[in-house]
Amino acid sequence: MIDKVDKSDNLLLKMQDVCIEGFSDESWHQIIRGVNLSLKRGQVLGLIGESGAGKSTLGLAAMGFSRPGCRISSGSIVFDGVDLLQKNETYKRSIWGTKVAYVAQSAAAAFNPAQRLINQTIESTVRNGIQSTSDAKSDANRLFDRLQLPDPNKIGSRFPHQVSGGQLQRVMTAMAMSSRPDLIIFDEPTTALDVTTQVEVLAAIRSVVDEFNTAAIYITHDLSVVAQMADIIKVLRYGVEVEEAETRKMLSKPKDPYTKSLWSVRSLEKKEIKGHDLILELSKVSAAYGDTKVLSAVSIKVPRGRTVAVVGESGSGKSTAARVITGLLPQESGEVFFNGTILPNKLKNRTRDQLRQIQMIYQMADVAMNPRQSVSDIIGRPLEFYLGLKGSEKQNRVIELLRQIDLDETFLERIPGELSGGQKQRVCIARALAAEPKLIICDEVTSALDQIVQEGILRLLQRLQDQLGITYLFITHDLSTVRAISDEVVVMFQGEVIEQGLKSEIFSTPHPPYTELLLSSVPEMDPDWLTNLLKNRGK
Amino acid sequence: MNKKSDNKFDHSAKLEVSQVKRQKTTFEKVRLELSKAPLSAWFGMLVILGYLLIAVFAPIIAPFGEAEIFSEAYEPWSSKHRLGTDQIGRDVYTRLIYGARNTIGVAVITTGLSFLIGGGLGLTATILRGWVDQVLSRIVDVLMAIPVLIFALMLLSIYGSTIGSLIIIIAVLESTRVFRLTRAVAMNVVVMDFVEVAQVRGEGLYWIITREILPNIMPPLVAEFGLRFCFVFLTIASLSFLGVGIQPPTADWGSMVRENAALIQFAAVDFSYALAPLLPAAAIALLTVAVNFVVDWFLNLTSGLRDD
Repeated sequence: MIDKVDKSDNLLLKMQDVCIEGFSDESWHQIIRGVNLSLKRGQVLGLIGESGAGKSTLGLAAMGFSRPGCRISSGSIVFDGVDLLQKNETYKRSIWGTKVAYVAQSAAAAFNPAQRLINQTIESTVRNGIQSTSDAKSDANRLFDRLQLPDPNKIGSRFPHQVSGGQLQRVMTAMAMSSRPDLIIFDEPTTALDVTTQVEVLAAIRSVVDEFNTAAIYITHDLSVVAQMADIIKVLRYGVEVEEAETRKMLSKPKDPYTKSLWSVRSLEKKEIKGHDLILELSKVSAAYGDTKVLSAVSIKVPRGRTVAVVGESGSGKSTAARVITGLLPQESGEVFFNGTILPNKLKNRTRDQLRQIQMIYQMADVAMNPRQSVSDIIGRPLEFYLGLKGSEKQNRVIELLRQIDLDETFLERIPGELSGGQKQRVCIARALAAEPKLIICDEVTSALDQIVQEGILRLLQRLQDQLGITYLFITHDLSTVRAISDEVVVMFQGEVIEQGLKSEIFSTPHPPYTELLLSSVPEMDPDWLTNLLKNRGK
Repeated sequence: MNKKSDNKFDHSAKLEVSQVKRQKTTFEKVRLELSKAPLSAWFGMLVILGYLLIAVFAPIIAPFGEAEIFSEAYEPWSSKHRLGTDQIGRDVYTRLIYGARNTIGVAVITTGLSFLIGGGLGLTATILRGWVDQVLSRIVDVLMAIPVLIFALMLLSIYGSTIGSLIIIIAVLESTRVFRLTRAVAMNVVVMDFVEVAQVRGEGLYWIITREILPNIMPPLVAEFGLRFCFVFLTIASLSFLGVGIQPPTADWGSMVRENAALIQFAAVDFSYALAPLLPAAAIALLTVAVNFVVDWFLNLTSGLRDD
């Protein structure tokens, strides 16, 4: 992408001084405040920023579209010589799906589950009379092939639920490419995928975009991904442009302090310390959902006061292991030792004190808290339930806990809907802390958060461990998080533990092939990373 | 932890709030929504309010006693008997007013009871799953397979038409519908992580039902309460019309329709005769329509449907 030679100079998209407003609380608020954007044919623009920065809104505005409840209040959006804001809906509809296409974040939600993939892929092309059905179908099959989908001539006849998430995302790219648009807007197309699948999708997208010289706007919050995909990078914050530069320049010399802070997040790294006595041990644990075996003879050792990261792609059994430890899913065989004693399989056979000592923090903080309870209720309940605190004693402890997570008593009466994503996760941490646990299981606690917020949460967790000596079992698929927080690493694959060891051992010494694949799939900030990786894998 | 980086944008967690909307208090929200309520909803609310006032203050408003009998039956409209008298000489106006109290009262109690039974069992089935859910759901399926009116008729003839058995029988039969709805909406909530958090904390069934799930499924249940009330109300009126519902001398709209039904044939002579059976019927219809207006509006609000 970076070293593409053939770059025609003509301008495809020019957005000038675009302002977009959203309607909430009975009035209009500015979401995008006067952003300029220009894109040449065949160029890929990376749009990054934290959530709420207005990335998606701006991306959709590039096709003249605004979400319900939003309006484009001023500015001009000139696409291919035509100002879209001056045109009516009929004109815009005629170019959507033909000259501009959109690839959404969640492919699973964007497909109609009742229709075959091929029909959905070619729908807009055929409807707009660009190609006949049979031509479009054979073209789609060629695209499937180019996107390295397995069995390209047959995959189209499947239904969305019959293919994997990564494949679906590639089919969606084929759908966007089907009419050979001039511009494709990718809205976080790989965010929901595992690292190993992400690499394949990124490579596929890059090669077709390259081949057809399509311009693209690539929206993401993952810097290392954008580094692989984009020619130029634009950083947004609070609806305003922070900085725009060519990818290499941006990566090596970011100017704005905000951009610099984004860059520094990934440098977080913890010095590992070897643990001694074990607080938790899983010994040959097997578990199943009904007839589907999920864990087979899994053994994990967790030393006291340390952080053990469990890595693996989705379906590898990471979260199931957590459910066995918490007692939600009784294991079929094997034992879980906690503090040297065997934990009863079933939740109801455990004592309240055993329950208190193991707490869990979830990935999606917004569904892990009852939306109808206030922060003081949420944090106060474990205090009351496990420790018997009441009245002002309880209240004071809640405030103390809030201070520990860098919030204060002004948050007491808020409900989860009034908190930001990072604050929600902090409150979940406080709820876990309230029980005064020995072990906290963190299930992908940072993966739904922006990078700067992620850093804050990771620092907080580390500080709490230093102060209180809590042990963490940290489930994640993100290896930069592993680097930032863990002492030891457990690699899981298809319900089995591939290896466990100190972080330095896992990251350096030779590994089983799966660990190798996993490690090499984590995108780096180097713009040549993907190219080199594909070259190496091709050998 | 490594050294503090020289990053000027060190996000204080407290400041993240700048982007978060402050939510309104319940009172503000209610006022705002009321100010936007459509005319139909206002109409509905006013009608319901009127009915409730009449029901509560029936003895004060009514000119005569509920079962007071006057010398002349089928007396036409006059200044003494505003809407005339019925077949045995009771004041129709008075009985209409008392009818509001009896019919609505019985319907509200019955609906409440059916929600207690259906809602409670529905939530229990949702949380416990497994065989409890299976057994309860199958029983409900069986009960639902028999038409309510016929089933109620049969049971009432077995247990006798007292107010008590009427309430219990209809409540049990209607609770099957409530069970289905509660189970369906609670299923969506029970899979949320916060319910799991409560389970892992070791909370009991009662806490999980009342504190974790119930507050989150209230809107659909409240709307259903309104609709169910209409159905119960109509069922009672139908049963009364058939003669097995609320028994005389207690005034009740359903039986008033039946008792005076014969008068409709004199409509050609004097239209006010026909009004004797039509007025209680209209009272039933008006309340049903009013409740439906309010429920419609409320459902629209809580489902978050927007007009754009």
